[in-house]
Order: sequence, then C-alpha cells, then structure tokens
Amino acid sequence: MVDLINVSYDTQIPNNVGLSSDRKVLKALEKWHPGYINWWNDLIPEKFQKSMVYLRTAVSVDPKGWAKFDYVKMPEYRWGVLLAPQVEGRTIPCGEHYGQAAWQEVPGEYRNMLKRLIVIQGDTEPGSVEQQRFLGLTAPSLYDMRNLFQVNVEEGRHLWAMVYLLQKYFGRDGREEANDLLVRSSGSEEAPRMLGAFNEETPDWLSFFMFTYFTDRDGKMQLESLAQSGFDPLSRTCRFMLTEEAHHMFVGETGVGRTIEKTCQVMRENGIEDPYDIDKIRSLGVIDLPTIQKKLNLHYTLSLDLFGQEVSTNAANAFNAGIKGRFQEHRIDDDHMLKDATYTVWDFEDGKAVQKEVPALTAINMRLRDDYIKDAAGGVGRWNKIIEKAGVQFELKLPHESFNRKIGVFAGHNFDPDGKIVSGAEYDAGIPNWLPTHADGDFIQSLMVPVTEPGKFASWIAPPKVGIDNKPGDFEYVKLHMA
Amino acid sequence: MNKPLKQHLIDPEICIRCYTCEMTCPIEAITHNDDNVVVDAEKCNFCMDCIPVCPTGSIDEWRVVNTPYSLEEQFEWTELPEQEDIEPAAEGDGAMEALDEAMAALLAEAHAGAGGKSVAPQSASKATVNLYNLGKPIEATVQGNYRLTAEDSDADVRHIILDFAGQPMPVLEGQSIGIIPPGEDAEGKPHLPRLYSVSSPRDGERPGYNNLSLTVKREEHGVASNYICDLKKGDKVRVTGPFGSTFLLPSDPDAELLMICTGTGSAPFRGFTMRRQREMPSATQKMTLVFGARKPGELPYFGPLKKVPEDFLRKIFAFSRLEDEPKHYVQDKLREEKEAVAKLLKSDKAYFYICGKKEMEHGVEEALADIARGEGLEWKPIRDRMREEGRYHVETY
Repeated sequence: MVDLINVSYDTQIPNNVGLSSDRKVLKALEKWHPGYINWWNDLIPEKFQKSMVYLRTAVSVDPKGWAKFDYVKMPEYRWGVLLAPQVEGRTIPCGEHYGQAAWQEVPGEYRNMLKRLIVIQGDTEPGSVEQQRFLGLTAPSLYDMRNLFQVNVEEGRHLWAMVYLLQKYFGRDGREEANDLLVRSSGSEEAPRMLGAFNEETPDWLSFFMFTYFTDRDGKMQLESLAQSGFDPLSRTCRFMLTEEAHHMFVGETGVGRTIEKTCQVMRENGIEDPYDIDKIRSLGVIDLPTIQKKLNLHYTLSLDLFGQEVSTNAANAFNAGIKGRFQEHRIDDDHMLKDATYTVWDFEDGKAVQKEVPALTAINMRLRDDYIKDAAGGVGRWNKIIEKAGVQFELKLPHESFNRKIGVFAGHNFDPDGKIVSGAEYDAGIPNWLPTHADGDFIQSLMVPVTEPGKFASWIAPPKVGIDNKPGDFEYVKLHMA
Repeated sequence: MNKPLKQHLIDPEICIRCYTCEMTCPIEAITHNDDNVVVDAEKCNFCMDCIPVCPTGSIDEWRVVNTPYSLEEQFEWTELPEQEDIEPAAEGDGAMEALDEAMAALLAEAHAGAGGKSVAPQSASKATVNLYNLGKPIEATVQGNYRLTAEDSDADVRHIILDFAGQPMPVLEGQSIGIIPPGEDAEGKPHLPRLYSVSSPRDGERPGYNNLSLTVKREEHGVASNYICDLKKGDKVRVTGPFGSTFLLPSDPDAELLMICTGTGSAPFRGFTMRRQREMPSATQKMTLVFGARKPGELPYFGPLKKVPEDFLRKIFAFSRLEDEPKHYVQDKLREEKEAVAKLLKSDKAYFYICGKKEMEHGVEEALADIARGEGLEWKPIRDRMREEGRYHVETY
C-alpha cells in the first residue's frame, strides 16, 4: 500500500504520491531531474553549493514531520513531490459544478485552461531563484543567508510540484511545458519568464525582503485560490506549498521589520528626531525610513500588477469552471456560483478613477487583489508599531492602488501615491520622492557587505528576536565552505 | 483558588499572521481577528501540532495562570504579558519541563536536589517538550542493544539505540524520553512511561541519523528496565517526550563543565561530550568528568571514554570496590581536586552537573561546601546564584 503521509525515498525523487508504482511518470521525472540539477548548480555560486546549510526538509506532510531541520548541502537537498493528504468526499467548491465530486483527473473541457494556470504558477518559482542568485554573496548574516537559501530550495521544490502535475496529468504537452520551465530564464532576452515582475534582478537585500513580503504574497494569494481548485491534485499540491510559503512571508516581514528597527535604534542613539535628516541617518550606516517607504511603494505596486485586469473574463471562466476559487472560498457565505452577485471595482472614466458595481463573476481578480491588500496592510501596521515603540515620528503607508500601475485601468495615467491625478510635470517632479532613485539604489548597495561571523549582523539590520528552530543567537546557520 | 494551569499563547510581536497554525489545528482551538492570532485555552489539548508548522517561533509560548487569558484579552495584546508569580511554579525560566502533570512531577522530583527552581543555561538551545505523550506516543525501532558492563559483573547496564525513521524527535543532550512498557500493572491499568536520559547528542547516535541512545541498568523486578534490557533489534517501542528543559548543555564554547555522576547517571554526559566533540572539537581544557562506580568493569562506557583525549575531557574515576584499594567515592575525588574545583566555583563560565542515584547528592554537596569553606566562601549563596544563572544542575533518581 502506498503511504500517503510519510515521504518515500524508494525512488530518486522523495514523494508521497506512490511514484515507485507509477513507472511512466517516474521515468519522465527522472529524465527531467538532471536538467533541474544543472539549472540549480549553474545558478547558485559554487562556494554555497559546497557549504552546509541548516535547512528544513519535509519528511512527511503531517504537522509533525514537515519541518525537520539539519545541515545539508543544497545540491543534496531532498526536493520532492509532496501533496497534502486527500480529503475524502471533497467536492468542487465553486462555479457551475459546485457541489459535485472533485476531479481526480483533468476534466477534458478545461484541460488547456488548467495547464496554462499550472505553467504560469510553475514559471514564477524558478524565476525568483534566478532573480536572487547573487544575494548570498552579500548576506548581512549567516542567519539571513540561511533564510535566503531556505526560500530558494523551497521555490525549487514548488517548481517540482508543478512539474509533477504537468508530467502526470498532461501527457506529451505536459512534458514539453515542464522542459520549457527550465529553458526560460529571468531577464533573458530570448526566453524571459512569463510575468514581468520575475524578470527584474533582485539587486540588494532590502529588495529581497520587500519582494518576499509583497511579491511572494501575491504568490501566496494565487496558491490560496488554486488550493480551492476542483481539480483535486492541484488543490492538494497548493495546500502543502502554502505551509512552506508562510516561511517566505516570515522572511520578508521580519527582514523589513529588522531593517526598520535598526534605523530607529540608530536614530535614537544619536539623538536624531527628524526621519527626513537623510544624509545624517545614512552616514550612520542605516537605511532612512523615507527610502524604505519608496522601496515599499515600488514593490507593492509591481505586485498589484500581478493580479491582472480588474475585470477579467479569463478569471471569470476559471472560477466558473471550478478550477480556481476565491481566497478562503470555503469560509465565504454565498452561493459560490456568483449568479446574481455584484462587486465593486475601480474604473477610469472621464479622466478620473471611479468605483462601480460589476457582476462579481467578472471581478474575481479584483476581489483577490482586495484580499491581498488587506493581508499586506497587516504587516505594514506591525512595522509602524516598531517605529512607534522607538518613539520616532513616521508612518509607513501603502500607496493608493492607482499609483505607478502598468496593468489595469490605472495604467498610463499619472496618479500620485495618495491616488490624486497630477499633471505630467508634477508627476515627473514627484517620482524621485515616491520611487527609489539610482542614487538610493547605490546607497543601499553600498551597505551590502557580507557578514559571515556567527551571531554578527551588518550595520543596517537588527538581529532577529527568535532563532530559526529556536537556535541561540550565535548559531552557525551556514557552515561556509572554505576553498 | 483554581489550580494553576499552563496556557498556550502566541507572541503577537513575533507572529506574522500567516494563520498556518490555525489551518493546522485539528480541533480549531486557534482563531484570529484583524489584530491577533490566539489560542482558546478551553479547547487547546496540547497536541502540539501547531508548533513545528509555525515559521516564526511565536507559537511556542506558555504561561502558568490561575485564570486563563480570554480570547478577548488576547485579541487586545500588542505584546505578551510577563509570567505572573504563581506558586508553586513547576518550571524554570518560564520554560516547561513537561506538559503533563505526571512527567512534570517526576522531573521536579529529580531536580529537587538543586535546592530551588531549575533554570536552563542561558546559551542552551531551546528544548522541545511533550511532542509525544501517553495518548499519542511515537513508535521507535530498536537498532541495537549492547551490554556495557563486563561479562563477569552482576550489574547489567545496556546501551540501547532507538531509531525514529522519518518521524521528528528533536531531543537535546540532557533531555529524557519516556518508555511505555507493554502490558498492565497489578490494577489492570496500562503502565505509565518511565523516564530515561538520552545518552546521545542531538544530531543522532550516528550523525545525521534520526536515532538516539539510552543507557539503562537492569533492576531486579523493574518492569520497564527488564523490558528495555531484553529488547531485540527490530523490536518496536512506544516512546513519549522529549522531556526536560533545564538540564541542558550551554552552547557557549567557553563554558567550563564539571560533570559528576555515578552509574547510568553518565548518560547525559556522554551526550554532552559527543555534542562538543562534534561541534567544537577545538574547545579543549573545558570539561571535567568525575565518574563513580564499583569497579572499572561496571563503569558504563569505560572503554570509549578512555579514548576521549584527556585535554578535551579530563576524566577522574572513583572506584569503591577495588581489591586492595581503599573505597573511593566521587566526593573523595572532588576533595582531592579541591584546587581545580575551587577555581571553577569562582568562575562565571563554570557549569556544574550532578547526575545519578539520589544517595550521591548529599556527599557531593558536602564536598563542594567544604571546598568553598576552604577558600573562605559560603557554599549556599554560590550554589543559589549558579542555579539562578542556569549553571547548577542536579538530576537524581
């Protein structure tokens, strides 16, 4: 009998899906595996491939087994195929098939739509690893380096998760799509990653933290809605991925929080009350709060674009087909079919942003974006608590969702961060105050010096309150390979 | 007044509101509002499922309370309340030795010889406790069972290796696990777990393997000890724990350790020594072991111990039944070493550990008091300060 909770190591690929008795898929995955390892090895600098990193590996998908910590060399990390346990009698949670038994095989009429969703999700996973490939070299501590690598190996595992679905359920085109996931590459001229936000290099650690906070949170929302899929293997895959995704949220939120904490601490120690005394604050080796606000503006607005058009027939079709639900669909108290419901969306009419009611079915993207905004606002509130506690007069804010948008109804219009329409000249004059400038980037870059002594941190960031796996402050999270 | 109870709480300053714990809790004891994620004290049954899934560590917070904090109170918090002074406190430093009353009571009894509330060394890793309990034990497989005492000795002490395969068993050196003997007692009730100190380091008896070792002496008519000493390779054993959150090894490589033991009391010190050998092999001149037994053939790990370099672990043996030799006990050896011991008594980096039979406590403490007196010092205040700083530990049975 196949053990569907504990991970089996009887094939090259750890899994809880009974791969050893599924020769065809096993063969396809084993064929894909070397390409994956090559991709990984080309990506991460050799020095880190040989270092021992204190990582968690899932040994089973139940709560007791999925966070097993130990030192491991990254190329030997046990990437595998792990699905949350099957829920007996699960039904399709939304759309026109609402209440019918969930699909265990791909429903023919939705095959292409499903495949496309899986490919897009799969494409983002290696994309972010590619974007972050140089960050290990400037890690502000071994603790942060370990967190970066944990995020990276788990994004790698998420790629595996999507590739498994493609290989298992989509035959030959699935295999081709799986291969293409290793061909496309972030920032490539010829074959870039599919979504714009995954083609920008992550140049520094503050960008990394902002990325994991804002952009990975979009990923979390997408996974949440795919976890509601009527296609049960996709739902189970995404449910397990979400437990790992929580760590990425953690890295982002605490990374930005620790940066803010250190800035406030240094301001206080030096008697600086004005958060806009930027030169003086920067001269003390920390990142001023206005610059942190600008980084926030950038990453937040880029991430909003990932939700697509406010009114979308694709999203309506996916929901109606029951292959993508809403955030926490099972907790929403309605007919789950959106027959007559309406939803408020933004539109742009007569030169200004207006809100109007549209059929809720077409506003699925907008609704997910609203849920995202609420989720993202929580952490900003907690960052402000850090500032408040330090007695600094400053408040971080999410900019208005019309600001700096490239996709959706606001694209192409000049909104300021408060959501006010401004003239082209005002917009150009405002931009250096609203978004990070080259000079800001250069300054942040100047702080990116690696710190590799256990328990020590770069000047611009405070140590964490609690260690990973409850380790003490001076724990050697990465035993660096010394060539 | 209500009996004080342990309440599970979440630190709102560290929690990132990912709700993973809430989704994991099998009995929906965790809930949230727009501000905080909180645990309902009326529902939580300490199953600990939420602990490993938390990405932040904010989930592992406990307070002993007379009246549990309500959900409404917890929703309002921006930080956790301090532990209130509640007597009698069965835990040290806010950490729980164990979550079930029976195990906590056993450990409290074992640690009583320290003369007050036990506190973990400051730099010790934080221990996981009660991952498994009587209602929900974990099954281990016996990998080996080796006799440690000489064939001609009437003492039968055994080295038992248990393997946990893919199941998590995060145990630190100095912690104990419970073994549940099969069958029932005279009253027809299932046997309660018996506690045994783990004698291997945290990364396994063999590094990287999810196994651990115990050091068990066969006791006449002992239900558990006979069961364990008779185990064969491949046998399955039901295990609870880990237990204990104070008798732990400091992570500080500069810590100086004085470890005093008799018989199977050596178990935690084998774990300590192996941990330091694996983690910080260059930290020499930091560990001293004073080890008592009747004769060398009855001293567990006598062979392997002799192979540990003397500058890494100084070994002082006390034998009480050697032919043509006067009886030596650990306290006699301490007196012989009074200069070295006195130096440790005055060091802020010194950690004392005493482990073995209850009867040894008195003699050892008397010797330490004498040595202190010889230096013009008073033992009790030194001991109390060391204990409060997590540097004096007693575990005797």
